[in-house]
This record gives sequence, structure tokens and C-alpha cells, in this order.
Amino acid sequence: MSLATAPQLRFAGSLALAARQFPRHRAAMAGLLFLLAICLLTILAPAIAPYDPVQIKLGAKLKPPSLEHWLGTDHFGRDVFSRLIHGGRTSLSVGLLVVGFAFCLGVPLGLASGYFGGRIDNLLMRLVDAFLTFPPLLLAVALVGLLGPDIQNVMLALGLVQAPVLARMVRGSTLAVREEVYVMAARALGAGPGRIVLSHLLRNVMSPIVVQLTIVFSAAIIAEASLSFLGFGTQPPNPSWGRDMSEARRFLGDAPWMFMAPTLTIALCVLSINFLGDGLRDALDPRSWRTRRALQEERR
Amino acid sequence: MTSLLQVEDLHVHFAAQGATVKAVDGVSFAVARGRTLGLVGESGCGKSTTGYGILQLVRPTAGRVLYRDVDLCSLGGEALRRMRRKLQIIFQDSHASLNPRMPIGELVGEALDIHGLARGAARNARVRELLGLVGLAGHLIERYPHELSGGQAQRVAICRALAVEPELIVCDEAVSALDVSIQAQIVNLLQDLQERLGLAYIFISHDLSVVRHVSDEVAVMYLGKIVEMAAKERIYTVPAHPYTKALMSAVPVPDPDVEATRRRILLAGDLPNPANPPSGCRFRTRCPIAVPACADVDPPPQALGGGHWAKCIRLEERL
Amino acid sequence: MALLTVRGLTTRFATDRGTVRAVDNVSFDLEEGEVLGLVGESGSGKSVTALSIMRLVSEPPGQVRAEQLSFDGLDLMRLSEAEVREIRGARMAMVFQDPMRSLNPVLTVGRQLTEVLRRHADLDRRAARRRAIELLETVGIPNAERRLGAYPHQFSGGMRQRVMIAIALSCNPRLLIADEATTALDVTIQAQIVDLVKRLTRERGTAVIWISHDLGVIAGLCDRVNVMYAGRIVESGPIRELFHRPSHGYTLGLLGSTPRVDGSQARRLSPIEGLPPNLIDPMPLCPFLPRCRVSVAACRERAPQRRAFGDRHWAACFADISP
Repeated sequence: MSLATAPQLRFAGSLALAARQFPRHRAAMAGLLFLLAICLLTILAPAIAPYDPVQIKLGAKLKPPSLEHWLGTDHFGRDVFSRLIHGGRTSLSVGLLVVGFAFCLGVPLGLASGYFGGRIDNLLMRLVDAFLTFPPLLLAVALVGLLGPDIQNVMLALGLVQAPVLARMVRGSTLAVREEVYVMAARALGAGPGRIVLSHLLRNVMSPIVVQLTIVFSAAIIAEASLSFLGFGTQPPNPSWGRDMSEARRFLGDAPWMFMAPTLTIALCVLSINFLGDGLRDALDPRSWRTRRALQEERR
Repeated sequence: MTSLLQVEDLHVHFAAQGATVKAVDGVSFAVARGRTLGLVGESGCGKSTTGYGILQLVRPTAGRVLYRDVDLCSLGGEALRRMRRKLQIIFQDSHASLNPRMPIGELVGEALDIHGLARGAARNARVRELLGLVGLAGHLIERYPHELSGGQAQRVAICRALAVEPELIVCDEAVSALDVSIQAQIVNLLQDLQERLGLAYIFISHDLSVVRHVSDEVAVMYLGKIVEMAAKERIYTVPAHPYTKALMSAVPVPDPDVEATRRRILLAGDLPNPANPPSGCRFRTRCPIAVPACADVDPPPQALGGGHWAKCIRLEERL
Repeated sequence: MALLTVRGLTTRFATDRGTVRAVDNVSFDLEEGEVLGLVGESGSGKSVTALSIMRLVSEPPGQVRAEQLSFDGLDLMRLSEAEVREIRGARMAMVFQDPMRSLNPVLTVGRQLTEVLRRHADLDRRAARRRAIELLETVGIPNAERRLGAYPHQFSGGMRQRVMIAIALSCNPRLLIADEATTALDVTIQAQIVDLVKRLTRERGTAVIWISHDLGVIAGLCDRVNVMYAGRIVESGPIRELFHRPSHGYTLGLLGSTPRVDGSQARRLSPIEGLPPNLIDPMPLCPFLPRCRVSVAACRERAPQRRAFGDRHWAACFADISP
């Protein structure tokens, strides 16, 4: 490699190297592919859904899966498949937004708490404790009840509920990493708090954060489903995985496909996300990498 | 000329389980430009804490650290960060001092970035130049710390320290964890760099053999205080303080004939609890020539000529 | 007959990067009461050699093979695990580097001592306790009777190592192996411990294998030395022979790299350049060749055999280093 093309390996470059590691983890790859497929289907739902998800067709009630209705119809004659992919838009966007919200709120909180310690730590953690004393779902229900059963409020509520958990976890990791010699070494070089937190602390707590975020994602999807199930989330006739599961209960004997479709989809999504988390965790740790060069050297 | 670094009555105290541990209890010395001060002692003597205290990595409880007549203890924030360029440190555990998730190029580049010393293509060139200075090949830029050996990792640490163009480097047991052949490589490297760049070193170590090799002056520490200080040749040939004498006699020499005829001064007992040191002279509980008067007062430094001094009231006694 | 005879000892470990040959065809003898030093840096195989002799290597992932491994008339390779346990602690004992890790932190020191005594010396509780107190006094621990009830963390590093020595010598073993036993100790404490080991083993006629990377300690303690590199013994000889007439490139390099407190080392150290060897790829030639400064033409053609350089002094080296 000549001097002129020597890469400046910043964090992004390291991410690229990490990305190349990813395919080694087969379960993670499978999970990723599944999620991408679901995402694609839900994004394109308006264009590709064979039927209108809210259109009632009483004549086609409770039909089993067939060539016309791939996953059958529900008790209003609505196409289950179309409802599934439309409903996915709600569920997945809730998941993503909750993750984003929890990340933006929880991570800085945890980092600040862990890095500065002292009074800031005390204040922030008491706040977190206050939130953690409430059972998460009840808190979400209460907030939604307070603000109205709007999908945005659901996201806000779930985000608020997940952020403290994330904050606590980040604080713990930060406390551990803060004592590492390389942090002292960076301080000795003259690094300010900003650089230490972003370059050193964040990078080394990223791994558990990523894993936790996948858990948050799964929890958010399930929570949205639960809220809708209970009647607090998505309102009828809009499709939602949880909502549809709730309505399908009565017809479990006659039309099991109505229940199975959203349930299995949720289960597979959660599983995929968990595998994805495993893969990401390994990919982000340079110590578990096998670069092509290293493999060649080992063989020599 | 005035010294590069002047440490005056440095104190670093820690609170631990209700008691105060005076890890560094009144240490004073000076280091001149381009010279090496060896700071020796056994575990618990406070030598590493002294190093951290000088660099303000641990804030001293009292005392002054004058770097070119500026008291580092009084600095904070931006002013301190700028001063950090001048005084650097190399730690004992080379791998622990490098962020495992940063490649070598970024680790060295970070030092340049912090102080805005080079950007863009010039930055890359400088990183390679610095790696060359410590004897590392340029292709190691992409490697991660865990792929390097202990010696290579320590060279990277030295490289980072050099990147900010310091005038003084604290070597905190910098070679103690390395195999003896690698240790010799790093010692030679440090000496070469000192000649080329005019660096001053504070070489902290428990290994008296290495210290003799690298130092110009030596200070011996025991339980937070310096008990003897002198030019290297004097302290190794005519040590005055009973602790220094015992220490010298305990160090094994790789020569069976020398070893066969050596008379070892064996110290009694163990190191006292640093939270509750003995009254008067701290060494008296293990000293072979202690007398009751030793418990009364902490001995003042007795001059022995040529900058050599020792804190003992019985220096004339032969051990 | 020698107390310990080792012929062709080879210990391999299966790792995901390949097979590591930690010990590669090692052969040596140890006489009764002799103090043998095993010198080398990390990866030289000295610790694994000791563990292999004590049959403490887990198989798998390790694999210990030897043409001959006899100790005090017994064929160690043929013994069952139960039979080896009878010998360990009683006839051969080992002291490790970190006493905090070798001593059980939740058992009192007295309990750990008496446990060994009751297991091997078949003493009843009272007799074992009396013997334990004697042992602690022998190794220089003050207030021995009171200290029996103390826990390891209540002792300093040097004291803990004395306890380890007491445990090791409690049943009067024929062989004591000390693996970097003083490396983690302060130099004044190290001097005390070395002195103690010297005295006790001379009194009892115990043979010692002293493993260390510190040439100074070796020089003051041992009768003979084996220098190890990349799992092999590269030079072996009486202590004065080895230090005054080193005959292997590595031994020469080690001596040149070691600074001396008596200042008789040259102004600049002569380090051994390069990196430690890779133990996975077997070397048909001398393993030290890439780093050797005194290599000759023959070194690049074939592997060196043992050459005699004096009375019981040999080195696997083609060069004539010390005239």
C-alpha cells in the first residue's frame, strides 16, 4: 500500500471491516435476510397488497388459504396477507422509532452518569429508578390513556419506558470502561471529555448497547402488539399485528390461519432480531475477527 | 540552567476504609533536560503514584510540580491539556494502554488529532514516520492491538507519546512486563530516542539492574518518601541508607561466582501498613541498625557531598 | 540411578490455530539433591515441562508423550491418575508463581496444611496440627500457632509463598519444582525466599527444579542449568560453565540482554532482535536461527545436534561461541 493511498481508518472504516465479518455468522445472516424481506414487504405494502386491508367483504368470510387469498381471510372477509403487510408498517416503524428514541435518550444519560459520576450520576439515576419502579406495560398504558390512543403516543410511551433500562446498562458498562488503562492513557495525551466519551467509552460500550437495542426492538414490537391487543394501540379498522391477534382469538378453532399469521410473524421477527444482535456483537469485537490476511498467516 | 521539572514536597493521599493512605508523603526532586531520573522502590513505596501525581492524572493533595516554572497543580481544563503535550507517560501493561477497538493507525493518529498537529495526507505521513521512529513497519497501521506482541504494543505506546512532541516521559515500569530480550530492545530504543530527541525520563522501576543501566540519577523510595538520592554511580557503589544497602544486596547478579561470595543483608519482617506507617523513620521496623532514637523523628536529609543525600541518623554505621 | 529421568518428552496442545508443540523432545536427568535451573522466556516450554512431569496437563486438549519418564524408580507414564495423586504432594511437590491463586481463599492456612498432612502422612488431627505449627515455624512465619487460623488474604505475598513452601515440603518430597516462585515478589522478599528454599532443601536433600527467566536468581541458586527455547533444551551445563562459556546463540543473547546491578554490563545492552518463535510450525532447522547473531553456514542446512563443550556441558549449536 503506497503512502498516497494509505487509508485513514476512522470509525467508519472500522465499521466497514466489521461489516465484512458479519457474513461469517450464519444465523445472523438468516435473521438479517428475513428482516429485510419483511421490511421490503411492509414498505411496498400499498403497492403490492393484493387487496385493500380494511375493505369488508362479508361474502368471503373466514376462507382458508388459497390461491386468491394466500393466507386466507378474516371474519370480515378481509385478506389476511394484505392486513399482515400493512400491519407490519405500524409494528416495525414503532419498533424502529422506539429504538431510536430509547437510544437518543438512554445512551447519553447512561454515558453522562457513568463518566461524570458524583451528583450528576445520583440525580440521573434517581430519575431512572423512578421510571423503573413502574411495570413497563402499565406505564405505557397509563401514558397512552393520558395522551390518547394515538400511534405516536404509543411510541413515546414505549420509548420512555425502555430508555431507563438502557441508561442503566450503559452506565454500568461506562463505569467499567472508565477505569481501563487506555482511558487514562488518552487523558494523559490530553484528550478532553468529549473525545474520551465518544472515541473510547462509546466504542467499547457499543457492543452491549447493540445487543440491548435488539432486545428493545423485540420488546417494542411485542409491546405494541400487546397494547393493540388490549385496545390501547392501533384502533380498528386499521391493521396491526397485535390487534389482529386479539380479534383472531375467537376464531381459533374455525380459522386458525387468522391467528397464526400475525403470531408467527412476530415470533420470527423477534428471533431474527436476536440473531442479528448476536452477529453484530461478534462483528464489532476486533478480537473475534478473522481477516483474510490473518487466516493466510495462520496457514503459513 | 533551571531544571526542566521541579517537584516540591509532593503529597498524594487517598482515603481508604476510614483511614488515609499517604501514598506519596513529601517527595521532592528535580529533573534536568535530556537526563534520566530513576525512581526505585518495592511495591507500595509510592513510585507509580508519584508519576501519576506529577502528570496530574491523580491530583496531588499538596505540593507543587513546576514544569518550566509553571505549577501544574494549579492548572486545569484547557491549560492543563495543552501542557500535557510536554509530559507524557508509558504504562506497564502495553496492551491495556491501547484501546482494543482502535487500529494502530488510529491510535497514533489520535495523538496528533488531539492537539491538531497534522491533518489529511500529512497526518498519514506523520503516522508512518512516527512508527518508523520506534522501529515498527508501516503496514501495522491496520492491525489491532491484540494482533501485536507485548514488545510491539509497547512500541506503539511509545509512538503515541512521541507524537505530541514531549520533553519529558514518565516510564512507569515500562519494561517490567516484557521478556528480557524484548526488554533490552525497548531499553535501547528509549536510550536512542533520548539521544536523538533530547528527552528527559523519569524511569520508575523495581528492577535495580535496569535502572542502573538507564539512569543518570537515582532516587530510592520507601513507604511514600525518598530515603536516598544520588548520581547513579554513587548510589550503586557507595549506597548510604540502610534500605538502599539492603536493596542492593538483595538484587541477584547473573554471575555464579559473584553470587557465591555475596553477603546478603536480609531484612526482617514485611512492609508496614501504608495507612499506619511507623513513627519517626518509617524503615526502622525492618532496619538492621535501628536504635530507639529512630522512632522519635523523621530523619532530615543528610548531605554526603556531590548532590548525594540520605535520610538516616546513623549513616556512619557500617552494616 | 538418577532421581528423575526424562527422555523424549513432547507435549502438544490442540488449538483452533493448529497444534502447538509446547515441549519438543526434551531429555534430561536430575540427580538426588541436585538443584537444576530451567531458564527461558515466555513460550520456551519450561512451565509446561514441569506440568508434564507432574502429570498436571489436561489431556485433551494436551497430549503428553515420552520415551521415558521415571521418577524415584516409578514409570510416571504408566501410572493411573489415582496412583499419580498418591505421589503428588508426597514425593514430588510444586510451588507456583502466584500464591494467592494456589491457596484456597476460603480455607484457613492451617486447614490447607493439615489437609495435605492427613492425606499423605496419615496423621490424626492433633498430630497433623502439631506438625503444621512446626512447619510454619520452619519457614519463618512468626506466631505460627495463631496464624494457623488465618486466611490467605491476611498474609503478605512473601508470607503466602512461605506457606506454599511449607505445604510443598510438608511430606518431605524427593523433588520440589518451583515455577517462577519468586517472580511476583519484591526483591528483598525474593532474597528471603530463595535463601529459605536453599537452606531447607540442602538440609533435607531435596532435589529442586527451579524455573525462572531471571538469570540472577538462577546463578545464585542452581548447580546445573537447562536453557530452553521454543520447547527444546538448547544448552545444558554446570552453572559456572554456562555463565562463563555460553555455547548456544540464545544463551549468549540472554546474557547480553540482561542488565547487571553490579554495573559490569556494557554501556549498551545487546538485545536479541526479532520476535518470539511460533510454536505451531515445526522447524526442521534450529528454532533460534531467525534471531541468531552467531549463526554459521551449517545452521541453514540441517538441524543442530548436541555437541559436547566440557564436562556435562552440551549445546545444540554449530557455532563455536566461547573458545
